[in-house]
Amino acid sequence: MNAGRRDNDQPLLSVRNLAVTFQLRGQHAAKAVDDVSFDIRAGQHVGLVGESGSGKSVTSLAIMGLLPRRGVRVSGEVMFDGTNLLSKSRGEMSALRGRDISMVFQDPMTSLNPVIPIGIQVAEIIQRHFNASKSAALERTEELLARVGIPDPRRRLGEYPHQLSGGMRQRVLIAMALACEPRLLIADEPTTALDVTIQAQVLEVLKKLVADTDAALLMITHDLGIVAGLCDTVNVMYAGRVVESATRERLFAQPQHPYTGGLLESIPKLDSPRGAPLRPIPGSPTQVLPWSEGCAFAPRCGNRTEECTARTPDLDPAGDRHLRCFNPLSRTAAEARR
Amino acid sequence: MLRFVLKRIALMVPVLLGLSVLLFAWVRALPGDPARALLGERANPESIARVTERYGFDEPLLEQYLRYLGALVTGDFGSSIRTGQSVTESFLERFPATVELALAALLFAVLVGIPVGYLAARHQGRPLDTIVMSGSLLGVATPVFFLAILLKLVFADWLHWLPTSLRQDARIDATHLTNFYVLDGLLTREWDAAWDAMVHLVLPGLALGTIPLAIIARITRASVAEVLNEDYVRTAESKGLTRRLISRRHVLRNALLPVVTTIGLQAGLLLSGAVLTETVFAFNGMGEYLFDAIGQRDYPVLQGFILFIALIYALINLLVDLAYGLIDPRVRVS
Ligand SMILES: Nc1ncnc2c1ncn2[C@@H]1O[C@H](COP(=O)(O)OP(=O)(O)OP(=O)(O)O)[C@@H](O)[C@H]1O
Ligand SMILES: [Mg+2]
Repeated sequence: MNAGRRDNDQPLLSVRNLAVTFQLRGQHAAKAVDDVSFDIRAGQHVGLVGESGSGKSVTSLAIMGLLPRRGVRVSGEVMFDGTNLLSKSRGEMSALRGRDISMVFQDPMTSLNPVIPIGIQVAEIIQRHFNASKSAALERTEELLARVGIPDPRRRLGEYPHQLSGGMRQRVLIAMALACEPRLLIADEPTTALDVTIQAQVLEVLKKLVADTDAALLMITHDLGIVAGLCDTVNVMYAGRVVESATRERLFAQPQHPYTGGLLESIPKLDSPRGAPLRPIPGSPTQVLPWSEGCAFAPRCGNRTEECTARTPDLDPAGDRHLRCFNPLSRTAAEARR
Repeated sequence: MLRFVLKRIALMVPVLLGLSVLLFAWVRALPGDPARALLGERANPESIARVTERYGFDEPLLEQYLRYLGALVTGDFGSSIRTGQSVTESFLERFPATVELALAALLFAVLVGIPVGYLAARHQGRPLDTIVMSGSLLGVATPVFFLAILLKLVFADWLHWLPTSLRQDARIDATHLTNFYVLDGLLTREWDAAWDAMVHLVLPGLALGTIPLAIIARITRASVAEVLNEDYVRTAESKGLTRRLISRRHVLRNALLPVVTTIGLQAGLLLSGAVLTETVFAFNGMGEYLFDAIGQRDYPVLQGFILFIALIYALINLLVDLAYGLIDPRVRVS
């Protein structure tokens, strides 16, 4: 799909052993992200999936350098274009954000400033990074709004967020994020807060703009349907760690981690008989053990053995993918692992 | 916009009318007979009867009220029982003093309170925040008259940096057009007079402004702290905007909304709350005059002044609502 863009051997973004710990005063330290590693190549579309609370947003905020400075400990490496973002100064990060990496957030209702016209909110990022005059930036904003499918963009420039629907607002946020043609766009569940019918439209817009600007995409979602339609490779996260990572084709054809398998089974299928029961993953994410006492998914896992609660599995190469599991769904993978 | 303003002003009419009824009833419910309060305890019955008749205190209340209202409609607020001076005139003489003082206090409170509150919010939980928060608690808790006397003692009586009392040095031959002394000095280009009037405002302004300062600082801190956690601030950060632009455009504008309301409320309170400060600094504003009027049951002065103050209150409220609309498009009136 993106073969032409994958000529460069060095990944654009390379996350290595990323860990984020929240240490609020008077509370226990809480590890939200632990040992997360994955790569994104230029122009590649990568999915990051996992259920609520698995650490997807925290991972993306850590990459962007947007986690609060106080009470948060970040370790590991986030290599972007050959330099470690975690060791950059505040000023360097701010020059890079919006220009080289930008982000679309989950909730369009709260992500725009309610008291500033949307035209200004898009134009200011162009002014900041391209040194453009206000009028030039507004002109470009008008073009961008037209490209994300906002009707009558000139009039919309002066309107405020409360005058726009949720779908329109998310289009504005997409225009904003792609205004400076960044090399990497992180989209954190960009359609979760929208109506189902609007979701598809907004996703189309996002897809089109990402393709137009040649940006790489990190798509964060818990919707495997979105992943199936958009991503080249997929990382599955559970309880703050990546448990399986593979190309989309391999992952959907043959999930190996029992958690991935559960995720795929829990999608209602069009061809299953009517009234057939949905198959949710048993247990709930609150039944999670820390990774220090074996596999965190063990309490909910059908393939669990004694080994799973005795040792902690690593993310190791397993044939066509990376896998963090002692008892994967198919034996071939298990053998490849040994 | 203009229609909104006119509608709001029209709405003030019934409010003020109702207030005039309440006031009329209230001053007459004050214990004590006005004629006796005026003439003293040992006045003879004849003179008391004469005064009572002259001001119509023996007529039925409804009749008295209707006569008062009839005069009000023509802009006549009556005249003082004590001095015979017209209420409007004495109001215009004293009101500017109080307004000048209240404005000085408010300016001090706003110019210091907002930046300090903002800094505290940016330094949440660190020493600066703690200092600001405990300082503001102290500010709210200090009685105004105590602070006024203390300031006067230190800066006027001991250090002689600032004048002890009055609105202007008597030796300055100043022309007074509006009775706003600072404004008068500027209008007539008598710079020394304007400067002197400002210098006289410093201590009373500080004394009167301390409580509003503390309140504004606290509200600003809370409001900024809340806005800093908003998603749209994170969006602004994700765009790589400079910290200055984020503060000015994205944080402060939103955070100022509740602060504007507070400033309006405080402005109203300052107008009516300046009595003690005016007394300490012999400022000759409305506070003291009104206070004496209560003591002597000066019905026309009480009614007139309080109506005036209510009108100003309503106008300040209107200004606050208009300012709100300027900042927040969601409440903007079309
Ligand atoms: N500011 C914070 N302080 C303390 N803990 C936090 C903070 N932000 C996130 N967490 C914790 O980090 C964990 C991961 O949260 P995160 O938001 O990354 O999940 P997510 O995968 O994005 O979930 P969702 O699908 O609901 O968005 C959660 O357990 C959450 O409680
Ligand atoms: Mg999230």
